[in-house]
Amino acid sequence: MAIPLTLSVNGEAYTVAAEPADTLLDVLRDKLRLTGTKKGCNVGDCGACTILVDGEAMNSCLLLASEMQGKSITTIEGLAKDGKLTPVQKAFVEEGGIQCGFCTPGMVMSATALLNTNPDPSDDEIKEALSGNMCRCTGYTGILRSVKRYKRHSGECTCKQEEPASKDAGKPKYDSVGVSIPRVDAADKVTGRATYTADVSLPNMLYGKILGSPIAHGRVKRIDTSKAEALPGVVLVITGADVTDTMYGVSPARYDEHVLAKEKVRHVGDEVAAVAAIDEKTAEKALTLIEVEYEELPAVFDPMTAIADGAPQLHDQYKNNVNTHVDHTFGDIEKGFAESHHVREETFTGNNVYQSPMEPHASVATWDNDGTLVLYSSTQVPHYVQYMMAHVLHIPLGKVRVIRPTVGGGFGGKAATSPLDLCAAILSQKTGRPVKMIYSREEMFHYGRGRHKQHMKFKLGVDRDGKIKAFKSEIHLDGGAYSSFGVATAYYAGSVVPTLYHFPAYKFDGYRMMTNKPACGAMRGHGVPQPRFAFECLLNMVADDLGIDPIEIRRRNAMTPNTLTVNEMDVGSCEFRATLDATCNKSSWNEKYGELPPGKGIGVGSGGFVSGAGYCIYRGQVQLSHEKPREHFQKRSIFPHANAIVKISEDGMAAVLLIGAAEIGQGSDTVLTQMCAESLGIPVSRMRIRSEDSDISPLDLGAYSSRVTLMAGHAVSRAAVDVVDKMKPYAAKLLDCQEEDVEARNGKMFINPKRDNPSRDRKGADNCCSDSAEAARCKGAAHDNPNRNRKGADTTIDDSRTIPWEEVARQYFNDNGPLVGTGCYKPPDGLGGDYKGSTVGTSPAYSFGTSVCELSVDLETGKVKVERFTDYHDCGTPINPQAVHGQVEGAIVMGASETIMEDVQFDEKGQILNPNLHGYLQMTIKDAPEIFSGIVDSYEPRGPFGAKEIGEGSTLPVLGAVAHAIANATGVWIKDLPITPEKILKGLKCVPGPGTMHER
Amino acid sequence: MPQVLDRIQIGMVVNGESVTIMAPSTATLLDVLRNGLELTGTKYGCGEGECGACSVLLDGRVVNSCLVLAVECEGSKVLTIEGLESNGQLHPIQKAFVDYGAVQCGFCTPGMIMAAYALLESNPAPTEDEVKRGLEGNLCRCTGYQKIIEAILSLAVRGADDV
Repeated sequence: MAIPLTLSVNGEAYTVAAEPADTLLDVLRDKLRLTGTKKGCNVGDCGACTILVDGEAMNSCLLLASEMQGKSITTIEGLAKDGKLTPVQKAFVEEGGIQCGFCTPGMVMSATALLNTNPDPSDDEIKEALSGNMCRCTGYTGILRSVKRYKRHSGECTCKQEEPASKDAGKPKYDSVGVSIPRVDAADKVTGRATYTADVSLPNMLYGKILGSPIAHGRVKRIDTSKAEALPGVVLVITGADVTDTMYGVSPARYDEHVLAKEKVRHVGDEVAAVAAIDEKTAEKALTLIEVEYEELPAVFDPMTAIADGAPQLHDQYKNNVNTHVDHTFGDIEKGFAESHHVREETFTGNNVYQSPMEPHASVATWDNDGTLVLYSSTQVPHYVQYMMAHVLHIPLGKVRVIRPTVGGGFGGKAATSPLDLCAAILSQKTGRPVKMIYSREEMFHYGRGRHKQHMKFKLGVDRDGKIKAFKSEIHLDGGAYSSFGVATAYYAGSVVPTLYHFPAYKFDGYRMMTNKPACGAMRGHGVPQPRFAFECLLNMVADDLGIDPIEIRRRNAMTPNTLTVNEMDVGSCEFRATLDATCNKSSWNEKYGELPPGKGIGVGSGGFVSGAGYCIYRGQVQLSHEKPREHFQKRSIFPHANAIVKISEDGMAAVLLIGAAEIGQGSDTVLTQMCAESLGIPVSRMRIRSEDSDISPLDLGAYSSRVTLMAGHAVSRAAVDVVDKMKPYAAKLLDCQEEDVEARNGKMFINPKRDNPSRDRKGADNCCSDSAEAARCKGAAHDNPNRNRKGADTTIDDSRTIPWEEVARQYFNDNGPLVGTGCYKPPDGLGGDYKGSTVGTSPAYSFGTSVCELSVDLETGKVKVERFTDYHDCGTPINPQAVHGQVEGAIVMGASETIMEDVQFDEKGQILNPNLHGYLQMTIKDAPEIFSGIVDSYEPRGPFGAKEIGEGSTLPVLGAVAHAIANATGVWIKDLPITPEKILKGLKCVPGPGTMHER
Repeated sequence: MPQVLDRIQIGMVVNGESVTIMAPSTATLLDVLRNGLELTGTKYGCGEGECGACSVLLDGRVVNSCLVLAVECEGSKVLTIEGLESNGQLHPIQKAFVDYGAVQCGFCTPGMIMAAYALLESNPAPTEDEVKRGLEGNLCRCTGYQKIIEAILSLAVRGADDV
């Protein structure tokens, strides 16, 4: 029974009718529509819902609205006054304290409460005050900088990072590229204005919930929905009988998931039924009234058991539960080991890591009267969602419009079509009303798609100098109940290992196994972090065996530029050695390694990743697979993977970039805006970007495989060049010169005084293709230079021969109508070898990086404190250095966190023991290390402006570096993740004492 | 503390669903539908009962929701334009409006359809004159009313056939 409540919020009195059990958070969000305050866990773990009550920071999810009468409540919407940000908000914007922005309102509120009472807090006081606020993107480093910046009031930047020093004076200097501008969405995120999917509210909307299986394996015998249907407020209940037989998934050859269980359930939480009701609480109540009778089947939870004869079978089509088997041999592996001076074989075990983005998955579906599905989804891959919705619902892809509101982090967990997307669409179709569905934090864990736990048996042979002769890897991946991304994961676990070091011979045996647990998917570094961890550990062990310094052994084996690896990955630019040298120097490695007292450790790890997958996940054209026979694979892209349109406003004063690249917090909207502005020759302040709506923007494959900067960057730059090319004849007429003499820069068009000077040409621009599509087909280093309008950037401009950019744009519009440019990008043809699975791991470019970790271990308790990280990365040209550092800092904290504390745990019945943020531990600001992030000078000819990836590769060095540092501190190698205090203590008991290396 | 405005709790059934809201004693049913319940299909055209854009059914009777105080609706059943569609299928009146081209700018349309609904409920086979009388409280500036009348008459004929 609703009761009237009067609440004072941001200085206004609101009277609402609320249930006595309604939380303040629900009332703020649902009744007052103040959606800046976020719901991240609803149990007080994450702090995303932090608000001020009489000036004190509190979790609004833990407060009953009915108890808040008479108190003064301040939410994020109440901070900025008269459209002006507060100093705290400003500091977050300027210092990179924001990425996905989902934790930001809570962070800002906690910081505000702190600074109101303590205007000059110490680092420890800041950390204490923010310790109840979790962030999964920034690694807290930018947040700490933000609060400290406020403290200084001086406006002086306290960032520690170095801007890359240009060693090549001949390189043109850019106006908008290579500059640390604040994120284009920062102000929206710091004020609570950014709209996430859960904040979307449509008139007449219903709320949906999904009933998950309570058992890990069983047959569905009977479902009775009548009691649920009879509950007032329930509009519709659907079960497997009400949905299509068409299955879905990620890998086209293995679509093995039903929208709702048809016959079997294969893990706890497997989707059985769905409800639409007038509100979320009614929908939740209805779930408890659905009666399901199961015939429980034996279940299997361990991949090594699952492969045995007689083990319970999850799917008929995967014999012995082998989802896929990869068998790759390159070079003469036996000869390699025979010729090795030293061979070491070790087994390593990974952990069940969950992406745990701060924003829970959410979907809102509605159908237009013309039969178009409009789906708001918290997704990294709007196009693949569009494709999969069309596939499952049997409607043309053109009848699916996907809107991606602000996304609160993904890390791979939002890289596939979710049950929420599908159920919301079906419930909306059947009821004719919009349907919103949001996962609870617990449901997120049951949906899964986290990192595969890998069981790794590695054998490494080296010569007397530590040079690698042969490497053999046998991996069993624990895949969970469905394929999802898993086939690719299994291949990635093998294919990206040889991109870092020269392997003369390499053998990889990978088995992706089905078990009765939530399906695993792609998580930051997709398949590679655990093998990378294991390899880096093994290399460090071998270095110790031979008495070679661990950094030196890396130098001796380091990948070199322009190399085709043993498995035919085409490595272009490579400054791996530079990252080793810089990290070694900056961390004072030589003075510390081997010189630290017991309990103190230093360790090194390296890693790198693809800059975009060379091939689309599905084959053939953009056309549904059940409409046509399966297409034969061709070693080229059928259609462009990234596409952009640039539209100039009719007065010439603004440019709007339309692109489908998914901003999920990583900063793609910002770097794409920068590259577009640079190529247009206008300041970033005149740019806007629309990347959220498939009806507005052309196809982009999305935010996965670290592809956006390189691929979408090319597309936007080409679209911008197309615009400038259309303007040139008009500029030439106004300037009375030749078209080819015109240059655009900084809002002006002018005659380039030195256009014949050949020294302006840059590496990689030599074979510049005039036509974008033609250029996209070129293979090799010679992609078109997106900046080819920039001819004499460093020359003086004659003001008398300059005209405003907008004047030229207007002249164009007067004659021709809309001034629009288009651009697209296809990866180079022919990437990869000719063996099965050769496409996985192919990329136009590869990143490299090295991390040194310093930590201390309490030898009495085994507790690890990760103290400091020093990292250098080769990401090509950093488009936005602050954003690059933000990715690195976030990756280091996420990587260190998964090395020492993160693990989804299951009981013997397959129930998750810790599906929440107090049981599944991830680093808070108090656990996070101090981080130095550096960028080595590098230029990737295949990347726009020389850029390549940073987002995923930055995770890869971290795990091995932490494990090495722990071994260095304790004398014990812990080879199964996470490296918990229990494992360290157990290990310490088996050895005489720190100082000598042993394995457990 | 900011000044607390007087609010009254009102419970009613809108499109078959029970709702409880707080509203000032001066709020109209239209205010509550549009602002409180976010059912924005019902339109505000004049606020004084002239145009009929805010027509809804209150306990089966068509009313201008801008002229009804929300507090008067305690315990009442309200049907708005959002309540006509069923399982994603247009109501026959909605379909007739679409098929006969009775919709132009669409601002009067929700009110027209609700008035037509009320008319056909009480008189399943109205004559043209009866249709005009039934819709006389609903202004339209685009269509000249002709196609609206045709749309409703088409249903009247069908209704007669069914009998």
